[in-house]
Amino acid sequence: MNIMTEQTLENAVGDKMNAKSNEVIKMRGDKVGVFYGEKQALFDVNLDVRQNQVTALIGPSGCGKSTFLRCLNRMNDTIDSARVTGKITLDEDDIYDKNIDVVELRARVGMVFQKPNPFPKSIYENVAYGPRIHGLAKRKSDMDQIVESSLKKAAIWNEVKDRLQEPGTGLSGGQQQRLCIARAIAVSPEVILMDEPCSALDPIATARVEELIDELRQNYTIVIVTHSMQQAARVSQRTAMFHLGYLVEEGATDKMFTNPDDKRTQDYITGRFG
Amino acid sequence: MGEHTVASFDEELGQISKLIRDMGDLAGSMVSGSTKALLTSDNALAQRVVSDDTIMDARQRELDDRAITLIAKRQPMANDLRAVVGSIRMAGDLERIGDLAKNIAKRVGTVGLSVTPRDLSHSIDAMAQLVLIQVQGVVEEYAAADAAALAKLRNDDERIDVKYTSVFRELLTYMMEDPRNITACTHLLFCAKNLERIGDHVTNIAENAYYVLTGQQLPANRPKQDETAMATSA
Repeated sequence: MNIMTEQTLENAVGDKMNAKSNEVIKMRGDKVGVFYGEKQALFDVNLDVRQNQVTALIGPSGCGKSTFLRCLNRMNDTIDSARVTGKITLDEDDIYDKNIDVVELRARVGMVFQKPNPFPKSIYENVAYGPRIHGLAKRKSDMDQIVESSLKKAAIWNEVKDRLQEPGTGLSGGQQQRLCIARAIAVSPEVILMDEPCSALDPIATARVEELIDELRQNYTIVIVTHSMQQAARVSQRTAMFHLGYLVEEGATDKMFTNPDDKRTQDYITGRFG
Repeated sequence: MGEHTVASFDEELGQISKLIRDMGDLAGSMVSGSTKALLTSDNALAQRVVSDDTIMDARQRELDDRAITLIAKRQPMANDLRAVVGSIRMAGDLERIGDLAKNIAKRVGTVGLSVTPRDLSHSIDAMAQLVLIQVQGVVEEYAAADAAALAKLRNDDERIDVKYTSVFRELLTYMMEDPRNITACTHLLFCAKNLERIGDHVTNIAENAYYVLTGQQLPANRPKQDETAMATSA
């Protein structure tokens, strides 16, 4: 009787593991290296980003996590001395291929930054800007629709719906950050990159953004860089640990924060880094 | 394991692990004291075990307070988190061992007053020795961070279960031989059951300690032999 129960249990666990291995890889980094001039900042990083999951990148300052994040939508192109080696794919297409339109890539892979950076324009215009330059709305009513649904998805609609023409810069920090998330969502991206999106926010605004990240996961794939271990543990399903430009360990978040394999991960998350 | 960047974090973890060691030592001395008191009808020793239980309870409360405060202040992760949560659970088992030892000690007076327990309690003595080895062992192996030894120690509980079955049968026989033995033997039976329960708490502690050290759970089933149910129906 006991043996049967255990067998069933093992099968169930096995099925779950199989289901996990079948998850779709949205983006894949294959031996990614980054040089800033002569200096190599990232070495041979192999990392998969799974669809509809939140992948957290953690590690001490200067470990290469933001550098890797910025490779995912070619933000490093804006730095003249930066050079990327290896291969990064989005839905199996090489994003560094010559034929790739970078503007279109960044529409598919959106980004939210550390400090909320709304345009010095109205709340409405902040969200409408992206769809307009990408020609996503033909009529004013279409644009109104996009703005409303983006603001709703970013969980800020109720707070701003009566003052859409006021400047975005007049909002509180937490509201500004959610406005920036709405702006990123407005162009219907597939992947959203977040570089320490809560580091300038108070705990309540942080909780709102974290709640939002969890909701956004249903429709988007998210990669987040964070210095808060607790935040990584709360919002992500996968965690990748970087150190000195190398990917040290990647795995299920639950395991990474209770029983990591690598000593450097253990030292970092328990606060033992020298 | 290296030190934390924040030194007081290490201190706080150290205080919690010291409390576990203290509670473990106290549990060992309570178990050995209570069985010795039982076998020698030593009422004074029994009283000391009873009063030691108050110390045990106080230690557990102190450990709970420290562990909760540490979680609130430091948000421990990975091995630190396992150590803190594991300590709370191990302290619970150690406190229960204290209770059970106290229960044995409380019977000392009662058993001593009835017929000569000396002959009757011989096999309980052997069982108590096995339990004592387990209680002292689990604390030592945890302090020595020896996961393999803890896994083995957990399986060794089987020996206590086997011994308990034989004590049960033996006491039953005494009672059938001479009804005047019934009062003493019933008390001794409760003592034997308490010792067996102490063994079970030791296996819980071994399982928790193993998890704290390795991050892995020991397999759910372990060899188990309690045939007293069969013995009664026979």
